[in-house]
Amino acid sequence: MSDWIEVGLLADIPRQGARVLQSPRGPIAVFRTVEDEVFAVLDRCPHKGGPLSQGIVHDRKVACPLHNWVIDLAAGEAVAPDHGCVNRFPVRLDADRVFLQLAEV
Amino acid sequence: MKAKQKLIVIGNGMAGIRTVEEVLKRSPEAYEITVFGAEPHCNYNRILLSPVLAGEKTLKDIVLNDDDWYWKNGITLHKGKTIVAIDRRRRLVRTEDGLETPYDRLLLATGSNPVIIPFPGKDLPGVIGFRDVKDVDRMVDAAEKYRHAVVIGGGLLGLEAANGLRKRGMEVTVVHILDSLMERQLDKPASALLKRALEQDGLRFMMEAQTEALLGEDRVRAVRFKDGNEIPADLVVMAVGIRPNIELAKAAGLHCERGIVVNDTMQTYDPRIYAVGECVQHRGQLFGLVAPLFEQAKVCADHLVEFGIARYQGSVTSTKLKVTGIDLFSAGDFQGGEGYEELCYQDPARSVYKKLTVRENRVRGAVLYGDTGDGAWYFQLMREGTDISAFRESILFGQAHLGDSGHGDQNRASLLPDDAEVCGCNGVCKKTIVDAIVQQKLFTLEDVRAHTKASASCGSCTGLVEQLLHSTLGSDYSVTPAKKPLCKCTERTHEEVRAAIRREGLKSIPAVMQFMEWGTVDGCASCRPALNYYLLCEWPAEYRDDAQSRFINERAHANIQKDGTYSVVPRMWGGVTTPAELRAIAEVAEKYRVPTVKVTGGQRIDLLGVKKDDLPRMWADLNAAGFVSGHAYGKALRTVKTCVGQEWCRFGTQDSTRMGIDLEKMTWGSWTPHKFKMAVSGCPRNCAEATIKDFGVVAVDSGWELHVGGNGGVKVRATDFLCKVETEEQVKEYCGAFMQLYREEARYLERTAPWIERVGLPYVKQRIVDDAAGRQTLFQRFMESQVTAQVDPWAERARGAERNEFQPIRIDRKGLAA
Ligand code: SRM
Ligand SMILES: Cc1cc2nc3c(=O)[nH]c(=O)nc-3n(C[C@H](O)[C@H](O)[C@H](O)COP(=O)(O)OP(=O)(O)OC[C@H]3O[C@@H](n4cnc5c(N)ncnc54)[C@H](O)[C@@H]3O)c2cc1C
Ligand code: SF4
Ligand code: FES
Repeated sequence: MSDWIEVGLLADIPRQGARVLQSPRGPIAVFRTVEDEVFAVLDRCPHKGGPLSQGIVHDRKVACPLHNWVIDLAAGEAVAPDHGCVNRFPVRLDADRVFLQLAEV
Repeated sequence: MKAKQKLIVIGNGMAGIRTVEEVLKRSPEAYEITVFGAEPHCNYNRILLSPVLAGEKTLKDIVLNDDDWYWKNGITLHKGKTIVAIDRRRRLVRTEDGLETPYDRLLLATGSNPVIIPFPGKDLPGVIGFRDVKDVDRMVDAAEKYRHAVVIGGGLLGLEAANGLRKRGMEVTVVHILDSLMERQLDKPASALLKRALEQDGLRFMMEAQTEALLGEDRVRAVRFKDGNEIPADLVVMAVGIRPNIELAKAAGLHCERGIVVNDTMQTYDPRIYAVGECVQHRGQLFGLVAPLFEQAKVCADHLVEFGIARYQGSVTSTKLKVTGIDLFSAGDFQGGEGYEELCYQDPARSVYKKLTVRENRVRGAVLYGDTGDGAWYFQLMREGTDISAFRESILFGQAHLGDSGHGDQNRASLLPDDAEVCGCNGVCKKTIVDAIVQQKLFTLEDVRAHTKASASCGSCTGLVEQLLHSTLGSDYSVTPAKKPLCKCTERTHEEVRAAIRREGLKSIPAVMQFMEWGTVDGCASCRPALNYYLLCEWPAEYRDDAQSRFINERAHANIQKDGTYSVVPRMWGGVTTPAELRAIAEVAEKYRVPTVKVTGGQRIDLLGVKKDDLPRMWADLNAAGFVSGHAYGKALRTVKTCVGQEWCRFGTQDSTRMGIDLEKMTWGSWTPHKFKMAVSGCPRNCAEATIKDFGVVAVDSGWELHVGGNGGVKVRATDFLCKVETEEQVKEYCGAFMQLYREEARYLERTAPWIERVGLPYVKQRIVDDAAGRQTLFQRFMESQVTAQVDPWAERARGAERNEFQPIRIDRKGLAA
């Protein structure tokens, strides 16, 4: 099990938006939903590798900016009728600080 | 956790199960669902009983929801169980065999029964209606054993039954009480053509014939008419109409007239009980086609899951006859009459007949025989009330005739080879679409879009996809609803939302969503950008733009590329530049190692392949050289193309370059429903291609011609001539007023070309040309909104605004990297 590492403050991520983390594992998109939930996935769309961090975030989903696949961040999967999975990373909020594990779920 | 509410559905048919599907789509956990169906089958597509009877399909082909589906969705299905009583006081329903089941909400979807006219002999074996699998089984069985069939009723259903029985080898006579077939759907000429074609297929007709009795002892043997005539009949199919199945509802004390009376939310007299489908009566009307039932299903589901926003307001329907080899389409007020004009086309040699009824330049009804390829198009024109004056003279030749390559010849769809590409945008071929329609049981254009992506992008192949739906399903139920909601989060239309923003003074996206009872937490990628635009347009000075509701290009003020890098296009006013500017661009390109520098189709320079975190610094350098954002990424003013004009050109009549620069300086920075492009040419040779722009100006000796609504791109449309003006000040005023009208009234993502086709050129002329005071007010509103709009977004960001957007967070295995 790898360790929790701190990646910044909740306030650093725009609500209904995302930030890109440049990590040893490659670019990771960290999302913050309208209800202040935080999700992290590898910043690559299962369709053609689009940067999900650049998409429009709604509910617990993001619409990929390239061809509009919708990815359910909680499930880590494309919303039907599209098919595909994204690699998710565990995230945790401690007060206003955001922690992440580099191991994938 | 509160216990799940219990929903009971009576009627395992098309409307009932469609409602269940809509409920599951909205809220899969809302109910524990139990379905009772009198028939011993799963839900099947009743419409396709006709092809089953004709031997073109099997029962297996037409199943819509198999046992597995009910099981997977946690639905308890009681097949072959008829409900005989509803106890509203104790809130439970009872089956024939005494099983009692309680409900919190009840949905009645009991459909209808065939009308059986009480002729003497009506109860004899061999006399049946045409409604369900059991009836088809009996017909198939009779066809194997007997010879003579009589179908009473020359309507849609009767003819489909007759055709099927004929295909099964019987000798069929159709008895009709009136003098023309399908009188509710066809006018006399079309009806005559149909009769002739069916006669050629071997059917016999007895028109204006009054049946008196059905004769026979232990099975029907003959039909006798009032005039004493008799014809042999081993099978009699009565297809003279349907009667809503309301006995159960009536016995339970629910208010019924001809059907179970429901309000606009599909609720019956008892608020716990809803009803949908052919058993209902809504605003005095009964139903007999599936399109309206599917719309009812949506509304009903909305209320069952307590979204509570939708209202059912009736439907416009169209019909087709599902007899292979006969193409027939009918919709609307096809009979015409007082105040209607009729457009007709007849080609007796090919047996083609087309009639459109038109009123106030709008299609009100259509009858097509022999060539129905354009049925979907006419139907759309009719539902949307499109002004047809611009193409009235060629409308009967069809949409293909308009030269729209994308839609092509509608009949072509069925002739296309399997591997023909139907959707160029998403590379979807015909077979993929047809397979998806069959295997995934798709009904609507929306479904096909979701599953195959065909027609989900530019939409120019929509006509072909609709055609494939029609030819695959063989019926008309793919119609998209008359009222098009803004997106899947709401039932509201663009217009309703905009009106509410204005009327209620709504000033933020959450406020709009709350007021209009959005069905989702915070909208989706379709509605949020639209709402953001509507708010910005309505309250230019007050509204704070919501970056998170903008598509990435507009949020980052650069175009995203396929590899996640960005492109940068600075403004080059009117396409004019200087050596100093070019040098500055060259330096920037080298400094940031821009892989591609390209001259765009819009007379300026594109720097492609820039890393996102370099953008603000690059913009700062461009700003320093005098450049501002070119909005090549925005639903906004794009370019104003110009030609060299009077200053150099030997034909130039005015200073078109100056005019273009002035227009660009006046309009840059404005946000519009879709991108907005302009051009100014110095003479009618039109080197700036002004006549395919949203607003095009062509200089002539005596002034300036103004043209609007042009479009290059997917579907080329030349502009409409708006008017001619004399001074440069007028050009600007008309331009600003036109843009403002478009900004205020077009739907989000609707370019000027489709917008003008929708509202009609006369309307635009009236607002911009005839109404001088109105034009000035529009212009004034435009200029007011420009005050806050003309801020260079690049300069703001170069100075540090939205820094987070452009800066990645760097981490290593321990945490934040330095
Ligand atoms: C760069 C450019 C091509 C070029 O190298 O010349 C271009 C590039 C793109 N065009 Fe275009 N169009 C460019 C001129 C045009 C023109 C010609 C013109 O403006 O005179 C047209 C046809 C004229 C018209 O719009 O009526 C054109 C019709 C389209 C369309 C179809 C629009 C339509 O209404 O049918 C799209 C798709 C869309 O907007 O949905 C599109 C979309 C695009 C996008 C934005 C696709 C995308 O979403 O990524 C491309 C962005 C590339 C980028 O990152 O820069 N582009 N595009 C041109 C930029 C002009 C500029 O200086 O701003
Ligand atoms: C041969 C044929 C061809 C057609 N072609 C077309 C066409 O081309 N286009 C078109 O739009 N429409 C067509 N229709 C009409 C279309 O099929 C109907 O509009 C649609 O099926 C009605 O749906 P519904 O759910 O209201 O009724 P149904 O589909 O009839 O469902 C009602 C169900 O409720 C069950 N039921 C009734 N009472 C009880 C009870 N007390 N307990 C339990 N179950 C009960 C019935 O057994 C039935 O299964 C056609 C119909 C037929 C028969
Ligand atoms: S035509 Fe336009 S949208 Fe298509 S590839 Fe070229 S630039 Fe991209
Ligand atoms: S890369 Fe994400 S939708 Fe195509």
